[in-house]
Amino acid sequence: MTAPTITITIKIWRQAGPDVQGSFEEHTLRDLDVDMSLPEMLEVLNEQLTRQGKIPVAFDHDCLEGICGMCGAVVDGVAQGPEEKTTLCQLYLRHFHDNQTITIEPFRARAFPIIKDLVIDRSAFDRIIQAGGFVSVNTGAAPDGNVLPVARHLAEQAMDAAACSGCGACVAACPNAAAMLFVGAKISQLALLPQGRPERERRALSMVRAMDREGFGSCGNERECEAVCPKGISIRNIARLNREFLRASLAADETV
Amino acid sequence: MQLDARIPAGPLTDKWDNHRAAVRIISPANKRKYEILVVGTGLAGAAAAATLAELGYNVKVFCLQDSPRRAHSVAAQGGINAAKNYRNDGDSIFRLFYDTIKGGDFRAREANVYRLAQVANNIIDQCVAQGVPFAREYGGTLANRSFGGAQVSRTFYARGQTGQQLLLGAYSAMMRQVAAGRITIYPRREMMDLVVIDGQARGLVCRNLVTGEFERYGGQAVVLASGGYGNVYYLSTNAVSSNVTAAWRAYKHGAGFANPCYVQIHPTCIPVHGDYQCKLTLMSESLRNDGRIWVPGQAGDRRQPAAIPEEERDYYLERKYPGFGNLVPRDVASRNTKEVCDQGRGVGKSGRAVYLDLRDAIERDGLEVMLQKYGNLFHMYEKITARDPGREPMMIYPAVHYAMGGLWVDYNLMSTIPGLFVLGEANFSDHGANRLGASAMMQGLADGYFILPATIGDYLAGTGHEPPDTGGKAYDLAVRRSEQRIAGLLKNTAGKKPGLQTATHYHRRLGSLLWNECGIARNRKGLQRALDAIPELREEFRHNVVVPGSGRELNQALEKAGRVADFMEFAEIMVRDALAREESCGCHLREESQTATHEARRDDEHFSHVAVWEYTGEGRAVMHKEPLSFEYVTPVQRSYT
Ligand SMILES: Cc1cc2nc3c(=O)[nH]c(=O)nc-3n(C[C@H](O)[C@H](O)[C@H](O)COP(=O)(O)OP(=O)(O)OC[C@H]3O[C@@H](n4cnc5c(N)ncnc54)[C@H](O)[C@@H]3O)c2cc1C
Ligand code: SF4
Ligand code: FES
Repeated sequence: MTAPTITITIKIWRQAGPDVQGSFEEHTLRDLDVDMSLPEMLEVLNEQLTRQGKIPVAFDHDCLEGICGMCGAVVDGVAQGPEEKTTLCQLYLRHFHDNQTITIEPFRARAFPIIKDLVIDRSAFDRIIQAGGFVSVNTGAAPDGNVLPVARHLAEQAMDAAACSGCGACVAACPNAAAMLFVGAKISQLALLPQGRPERERRALSMVRAMDREGFGSCGNERECEAVCPKGISIRNIARLNREFLRASLAADETV
Repeated sequence: MQLDARIPAGPLTDKWDNHRAAVRIISPANKRKYEILVVGTGLAGAAAAATLAELGYNVKVFCLQDSPRRAHSVAAQGGINAAKNYRNDGDSIFRLFYDTIKGGDFRAREANVYRLAQVANNIIDQCVAQGVPFAREYGGTLANRSFGGAQVSRTFYARGQTGQQLLLGAYSAMMRQVAAGRITIYPRREMMDLVVIDGQARGLVCRNLVTGEFERYGGQAVVLASGGYGNVYYLSTNAVSSNVTAAWRAYKHGAGFANPCYVQIHPTCIPVHGDYQCKLTLMSESLRNDGRIWVPGQAGDRRQPAAIPEEERDYYLERKYPGFGNLVPRDVASRNTKEVCDQGRGVGKSGRAVYLDLRDAIERDGLEVMLQKYGNLFHMYEKITARDPGREPMMIYPAVHYAMGGLWVDYNLMSTIPGLFVLGEANFSDHGANRLGASAMMQGLADGYFILPATIGDYLAGTGHEPPDTGGKAYDLAVRRSEQRIAGLLKNTAGKKPGLQTATHYHRRLGSLLWNECGIARNRKGLQRALDAIPELREEFRHNVVVPGSGRELNQALEKAGRVADFMEFAEIMVRDALAREESCGCHLREESQTATHEARRDDEHFSHVAVWEYTGEGRAVMHKEPLSFEYVTPVQRSYT
């Protein structure tokens, strides 16, 4: 039993550095196993380029199981590729057909400068979390884990939101390059849990401010983010973010 | 090399408390004068960095990824243990301690493991307070499940993404300290060398992975939390960037490397399906609660699984271990799976796979129930293999998963280099020769949140707080050494001589050599063969590896080649360690050391020790022993028949 193989032409974005002009480059790879994932295919391409004395394609990946958020690219015009709720590393060649041309380019957004080829700088996300995406509790200061009961459905909803991997696809997909889904996910997780309540106003104001400062756009209700999110983060989290922000703004005088 | 474990005196249950009361501490006003360098932002590194900063120290953290939130810990699935006894099912700190030390086949220190069991409860409290969305019961209390064959229900979890959630908790605590100005993060940095001045670890030379520049950092102590070395086998369940480089640099400066041959091989992973693969995927072993493992009774039987009648199937674990069946420990399951495949009874394309069959459970409880329990695993399996485990049995095979070996540390988590502390999977401390499920995260977070922050003050109290001269000789030397390493890797870039190969090519060959000769089952002859082959392979690598591009830019091929170069050196002490350990223990069967019924035979008389390797020059090493003694538990031979 030999696995079926296919031929793929890759049209891939090459850009040597942040300030240089980039362009597409085409390569055809033959006899690819359909069980191969996209990063594995790029590795095959890179081995080939290396043997030809050329520079391999730079692309980020690490866990290869859809959890670390390291990988990411726009595939045929869709951030993280055409499969629903799927990261680049979980996209397999069996999702494509023989002799297909696949276009691969980096996530593009003002707040995510390109470093090289598909590699981008997403440190803006870290700075947004620094602005308030945490509970202020020092190690050792925690009460017993069962002191505050959490209704099961709230814990589940918080978990739904907490699953965000920080990959940035939502930003890349948004016509305004907004980071609302990412920020909404973190705000929601902590607003749903009693542990996050004491700081909810401060958190909402400060994270939204950080988001603006980093150059992310504002939400135009296009829902593109939800459509591409590999972790299934719901747009309801954006609604909750808006509520939390409004609530915090109204209460600003007393609380901040 | 002095191996003083510095275990505090007193009864087992009081050692940690006594120790904390006795160690020196730094006054709050003085802490800010100290700078601590933390390499790694996994559970261990992130927890340590956040806690040290909360205490008032200045902290710099380094990681390979673009954000500290992406460290390999993010991929842990199943859960984290603690003896909360919320279930009232008879759990206790002593029971968790006993299970862990027995699971490690009596090759870990009693005092360390007891302390781990003690602080585990505080970890859960801390993570809950950070907003980690652990699974809950309807009444709102924390849920537990039983994991890895434990007889009590002590595993806390957040769906199948416990590692992600615990890591994000630690990461957020760290981000809070970044905002407070006490932590600076340095992502996309690779530690290239340790700087030791007057016998003390004082700094690092890192390569900025974006610009290729070497950067110099100094402080009063260095904390390595750089993870495990499972990727020496090329294929493992670890993240692609997991490496031995940071630990290896420390080793070359005199840090002892303990038990390098102890590697855990997990029985339930998705089998290898092509030579282009660079990583394997774990299927949680919770599947063994309902899945039955089998192969055809006859070698070479190529029929579809459904066409093989019941009486022609061999449920080999149930047959050989009627008491435990499919729930035997990881090592026993892995070893037997290898054995049936060696007999030609493996299934799938490669013949290196066995069936994990949920048919009977589905018939008994219905598909609905199975989907509730394992839906995400079914989904993941189907995504990767395009097969539906609800309709046909899954195929699984063992894969390298976790490194129990690591840099030797004393009770304070300090290595044999003063001022160099080692946490998490990078150290050797608590799992002996085998790690129980859901205990790696427990250990990493215990080290980072509770142990290091309590012990590091004792060291710092004796060091003063002047910063080292980063322009000095020791740094210049470290930079020069690093430049030479990079230049060595790049020497074939321009040329076109025949026979050049990529680093991945050599990594693959090293991995398959180790998997065959130093994997699940080992024997003297095979290990000797590996010892002969490794230096040859390493030489070939040095001459013929081709790395494109330059060192002054983002160059992922160069990063990879550097890590492979270190694996090539490390592999040798790993095999030497395996050769020296002439007993079966924990994860490994040493074929010369078996019982009459072909079960593993441990040899306490000769091998109840930690084997610690000291670097004595290029390609040379000597082994020292730290004897293990047991006062509170009696080592028993494990038996699962
Ligand atoms: C698939 C899978 C599932 C698992 N499931 C469980 C589970 O259910 N329960 C459990 O308890 N354990 C589990 N484990 C084990 C557990 O996840 C790991 O042992 C643990 O997370 C290791 O954490 P760490 O902090 O020691 O290191 P890591 O998380 O590996 O972090 C290493 C850090 O060091 C950095 N680093 C490495 N080298 C360098 C260098 N040279 N320079 C600079 N930085 C460097 C990396 O960037 C990273 O930040 C699982 C492991 C795997 C692979
Ligand atoms: S919300 Fe979804 S798409 Fe956006 S960063 Fe998180 S996981 Fe990625
Ligand atoms: S590589 Fe981790 S999510 Fe794709």
